[in-house]
Amino acid sequence: MNDSTAIEIPFHHRQSAHCETGVLSNLVSHHGLEISEAMVFGIGSGLFFGYFPFVRLNKLPLTAYRIATGGIMSRTTKRLGIRLEWQKFRSPGKAMAALDRMLEAGVPVGCRTGAYWLSYFPPRYRFHFNMHNLVAFGKNNGSYRISDPVFPDPVDCPAEDLAKARFAKGSMAPKGRMYHVAHVPGADEMDLAGAVRKGIKEVCRSMLRVPGPFIGAKGIRYLAKKVENWPAKLGDRRAALHLGQIIRMQEEIGTGGGGFRFIYAAFLQEAAPILALPVLSELSDRMTEIGDRWRDFAVIGSRICKARASESESYSALAEILRDCADREAALFADLEDAVR
Amino acid sequence: MKKDEVPQDRGFSDGVREISYAVDENGRYVLVQSQGWEPKTVANDQAWEVIEEDLREQIRLIKSGKRSPLAYHMTRNLMDIGLLSSYADLPRWRVRRHLKPKVFRRLSADLKARYAGIFGITVAQLHEVPETSEITPHE
Repeated sequence: MNDSTAIEIPFHHRQSAHCETGVLSNLVSHHGLEISEAMVFGIGSGLFFGYFPFVRLNKLPLTAYRIATGGIMSRTTKRLGIRLEWQKFRSPGKAMAALDRMLEAGVPVGCRTGAYWLSYFPPRYRFHFNMHNLVAFGKNNGSYRISDPVFPDPVDCPAEDLAKARFAKGSMAPKGRMYHVAHVPGADEMDLAGAVRKGIKEVCRSMLRVPGPFIGAKGIRYLAKKVENWPAKLGDRRAALHLGQIIRMQEEIGTGGGGFRFIYAAFLQEAAPILALPVLSELSDRMTEIGDRWRDFAVIGSRICKARASESESYSALAEILRDCADREAALFADLEDAVR
Repeated sequence: MKKDEVPQDRGFSDGVREISYAVDENGRYVLVQSQGWEPKTVANDQAWEVIEEDLREQIRLIKSGKRSPLAYHMTRNLMDIGLLSSYADLPRWRVRRHLKPKVFRRLSADLKARYAGIFGITVAQLHEVPETSEITPHE
């Protein structure tokens, strides 16, 4: 097949908030199973909270609002009976050739990539994180047609850049990983209500009962204590950098707003009729309020970052917001767990 | 967050609008594009300021003969010695040596080409370092 033969699989690009959920939603819908990003997120138990002072990202502690990368995809596909076929490669040459073969066969392909080398990314988003997902659905003249779900429309990515991105180095290197949908269950094969229930139960467990101080509602309280002491312990500048990192994890990585809390609220809304549990709609409303509270945290936090002066009072205000979030989330997940018992 | 509250503030995505989840008049979730949100932009600004400060410091060290141009390009590409050594397929101690001006000057054409290739620049550009004044904070 020569370079000038263009391939474009008719792929419906739907803009989403987050890459892993958006890619799975779009790929699976392409194969005839319509499933929203919010449902993927919920069934995949994506919602999480963890504050890990000993894990460094950008040289600052890690705050996680979602479960570990790849976790949503693996849980959702397992719970719904969707089969993805994965491949990884030793060399970019082999990886790109394999991609081309799939495209020629009319199969859109999901790729794990680093974000840094993707030339279509806005420059100020280009950091070395290797947990990005996108769909390749065409090729034209040495450039690939990419459905990157966080973007409004499909984009073009030169082959060299895509190859570099698929083989980005560093932590969690993608090693050319790609995947396609091998099987989508029929309506009679699929236990949607069961999957939703499992998804909900796991989130409740992780937010309420994981041992140790770092995870769940306890983790939020742990962070509150840390935040309170940051000006004294770290000095204004380092305290502001720590704060900035939290805001970035909450809002920059494609969370839909409020650290994925709004997406989860949308999921609960969809789940209500599926489980025939109207109470989930009320819980959705409460989740929305919690998302708003996280947004308050970001607003006040960013004012501190900008002012950079010692604002010990404001760090206390931030800690109070976090404790409020912790209380609300603890209550919500307890009620949610009750509802799906 | 309500649909009409989805912020359209100064962003940092060169106009690319991202998706926010918000509720409509009936309390139902809808997807709404957002151009930017000030708190989010402030946090990203701050992260880039740290990088830019680091870049200026590297340039100062290079111009005073204490470090090689490799230090600039490494920092410009947000890499540390560990990450650069992964990309270069070299042990860390060697990359560390290449940050010394004398060692860098004597590097083989091959190695220089390797570094240049990683950064997506020419070998000539590998030797170039801008003025600190050219590292401007973004608006």
